[in-house]
Amino acid sequence: MSTALQITDLSKTFPVGKKLFGGATGAVKAVHPMSLSVQTGETLGIVGESGCGKSTLARMLVGLLPPTTGSIEIEGAALDNADPAAFGKRIQYVFQDPISSLNPRKTIRQIMDAPLKLLHGMDRAAREKRILEIFDSVNLRADFLDRYPHEFSGGQAQRIGIARALAAQARILILDEPVSALDVSVQAQVLNLLADLKREFGLTYLFISHDLAVVEAVSDRIAVLYFGSVVEEGRAEEIFAHPRHPYTKLLADSAPVVGRPLSDPEHGQAELPNPLDPPPGCAFAKRCPYASAQCRSAPPPLTEMGTDQRVACYHPLPAPEQV
Amino acid sequence: MSAFFKLLARNRLALGGLIVMGLVVALALITPLLPLADPDATDTANRFLPPLSDGYLLGTDGLGRDLLSRLLWGTRLSLAVGFAAALFAAVAGAAVGIIAGFYGGRTDNIIMRGVDMLMAFPYILLALAIVAALGPGLVNALIAVSVVNIPFFARNIRGITVGLAHKEFVDAAKLAGMSNPRIILSEILPNVVPVIVIAMSTTIGWMILETAGLSFLGLGSQPPQADLGSMLGEARSALITNPHTSVIPGIMILIIVMSINLLGDGVRDALDPRLKSGALSRPMAATRVERKERPAPETSTDAILSLDDLHTQFHVKDRIYKAVSGVSLSVKPGECLGVIGESGSGKSVTALSIMGLVASPPGIITAGAARLEGRDMLSARFGELRRLRGRRVAYIFQDPLATLHPLYKVGDQLIEAISCHRAISKSEGRKKAIELLKSVRIPNPEERIDIYPHEMSGGMRQRVGIAMALANDPDVIIADEPTTALDVTVQAQILSLLSDLRRERGLAIIFITHDFGVVAQLCDRVAVMYAGRIVEEGPTMEILRAPAHPYTSRLIACVPELGEGKRKLEAIPGLPPSVDNLPAGCAFADRCLKAQDSCTKGEIGLEGSGSRAVRCLFPEPGFAEETA
Repeated sequence: MSTALQITDLSKTFPVGKKLFGGATGAVKAVHPMSLSVQTGETLGIVGESGCGKSTLARMLVGLLPPTTGSIEIEGAALDNADPAAFGKRIQYVFQDPISSLNPRKTIRQIMDAPLKLLHGMDRAAREKRILEIFDSVNLRADFLDRYPHEFSGGQAQRIGIARALAAQARILILDEPVSALDVSVQAQVLNLLADLKREFGLTYLFISHDLAVVEAVSDRIAVLYFGSVVEEGRAEEIFAHPRHPYTKLLADSAPVVGRPLSDPEHGQAELPNPLDPPPGCAFAKRCPYASAQCRSAPPPLTEMGTDQRVACYHPLPAPEQV
Repeated sequence: MSAFFKLLARNRLALGGLIVMGLVVALALITPLLPLADPDATDTANRFLPPLSDGYLLGTDGLGRDLLSRLLWGTRLSLAVGFAAALFAAVAGAAVGIIAGFYGGRTDNIIMRGVDMLMAFPYILLALAIVAALGPGLVNALIAVSVVNIPFFARNIRGITVGLAHKEFVDAAKLAGMSNPRIILSEILPNVVPVIVIAMSTTIGWMILETAGLSFLGLGSQPPQADLGSMLGEARSALITNPHTSVIPGIMILIIVMSINLLGDGVRDALDPRLKSGALSRPMAATRVERKERPAPETSTDAILSLDDLHTQFHVKDRIYKAVSGVSLSVKPGECLGVIGESGSGKSVTALSIMGLVASPPGIITAGAARLEGRDMLSARFGELRRLRGRRVAYIFQDPLATLHPLYKVGDQLIEAISCHRAISKSEGRKKAIELLKSVRIPNPEERIDIYPHEMSGGMRQRVGIAMALANDPDVIIADEPTTALDVTVQAQILSLLSDLRRERGLAIIFITHDFGVVAQLCDRVAVMYAGRIVEEGPTMEILRAPAHPYTSRLIACVPELGEGKRKLEAIPGLPPSVDNLPAGCAFADRCLKAQDSCTKGEIGLEGSGSRAVRCLFPEPGFAEETA
């Protein structure tokens, strides 16, 4: 298996506040240096709460934001978006809000034409044929092509967004909360479609979501983000069943599940650290029942624990007993 | 296009402006064809003839030139110059604005500071300076007027472009391989054109005035060529002795500018997308109620709040959207009723109808009753409804950032919520507000009371939203997706808070959500809505264990649950029917695997035994056994 996507020490810092001349007054570290890799044909799930840096990470991966430090390698070559036409063929992005990612003043045909014409230089007849093929594979009807985006429901619009990403024939798709704007019955349709497409075209996915159950249902491996850092990474079937990081456990315990009594695992109240003034140690220490002086002084490194699991914690929860 | 004219015609003044403007333009266009005297031919024997003189319909000016001819030729010239100047200013201003807005950063800074400098001069002074530099003449006046108006367009268009440049469809275009110039032309420009048209329609009159002003000063059209401004300028010396020479061009300027401005206002309104949906029309203070028959008197129950066969519709143009068609619900003190459904199922409209909060127009309650302790609130007068809103029945909305006023401190907003219903002193109000913040478990309430909503996290803001709902000790709280915008860890905190409050205060809660997990944890009973109706109702645990309606059971199957690993999910193919075109019989029939012919014929009642009810001819097997 080859590596489809390799990021090394990638980070992003946004300047905040502006002086009259020159520099910024402060900086927010949206993404702390992190390293991740995705194998070809794999789905890596990224899960975390709002403000954890997951969308910033995604936008860096598709070249919409320049990283502050670190490198991104796509299929063995460094990310290079100097030529938009070459770059678009290697990696594509599916947006969270399906409606606002479609230009309201263009027909679906015009939207679908753009990547085919600009990335692949197809002529009119070839484009028409290809669009119909793609529409067929995402279960959309050809008569949608001459309509405008506002005429579609969320689920249909998201399928159009996926169709547009497929048109580029990139083998890697970054899916940024692709179903969070959709109703559950439609959400399942789109998730199943994504699974079918992956099998059919041999795609690699980076699937970002705040919904643990959705991520677990589609991913091979999952990385949990908190405050811009990976706190735990492991196989999908393991990570929520046997979390080693206290934050992963908190997430898993907070998800409302039928049949589990209502509980507030934190008993009241917890707040995210201030991004302008991050704590010196582990960002989760303030909310963590196991936090020690060591946690508050230096951030724990991401270390291998068990098979194919990495945890950034000085006091990881015990591993499940070997059966 | 025809829709645009219909909207325009709705504004009578704009229609009048359009007609007058059309006449003036038509007259200007056919001027060369009319049998008019030479506008520049002087005839000193016939100086200052009054209007209606023989051979001179509008009289003559100081050099004996035919005023009618000069007026028409002058109007033609003034209109042409005005339109040309507006077009030039719009094109140049839009180009500058789009480039500044799209590229941002330093480009934006340099361009906009240049524009600011242009704006810093009084415009007429600037125009005079430009003409002075270029020399007098109509073309130079045109250039001056255009340049002076470029900043107006540039600023307007830049603002719109900045918003558009960060839209996701622009990112998508980048990833589709488009270069920046191409994105500007094919993605940004079509979205700014309406704004350019609106800005042009409202400034064209102004530009005609400015050109006339320059001509009046002798800097525009040069004699003997006539335009409206120069006609005025030449007549100035005879203003007292022969007023008609200045009044006639003056009236023409008035007519042109008035009609263009009225038309411009109409165009702006007609192009505003909000107007099409009726959102610009101010909603009434309470939803309109148009019931054909009085609701039947209530049968006595122990419910604190009950809905009886509620119908709420939206009348938009000639379409009727039946958002809620026949919903009956009731909730007892201390009880939590969940209303679950997908978007468009009518759950929010049901909730808003209770206190008449559905916007009218276009919303109308056409039948049914909403009773608070037996009293029908839909027939209550507005004054009474207002006393009850927030006092007895309070709402918690989905987006706390949108419900809290961004410019007031949270404490002041809490105090205001209390003082709406009873007089309260400042110190007492503050004490009560701190108490409320404490009751929703906000840490350091004494400090937090003095901060603004944007300084709080989403979870904290929603706590304030809940505190505000609790401010007047209501009996019923209607919570419309209060945790949907929140993270799971925060959601858990808010849900357990609501659950505790209900127990402590004996609150009745109607909890609207799309999440079965949330319903299962919080609600005693649940009603499932589909296409504006309740399809199933009963105790939460029983429904989750053995759903009776095929829709409920398949919807539950769709929800991925943690701990089940990677798998294929259940899905319900198709979409719910549009509520302006509901099928006969069961609305779910065309997505249902068990549908028979009988499902699509006639009404299907909500029937059941004991605490459960279902609107289905062929309920799921588990349910049939239980009730048998």
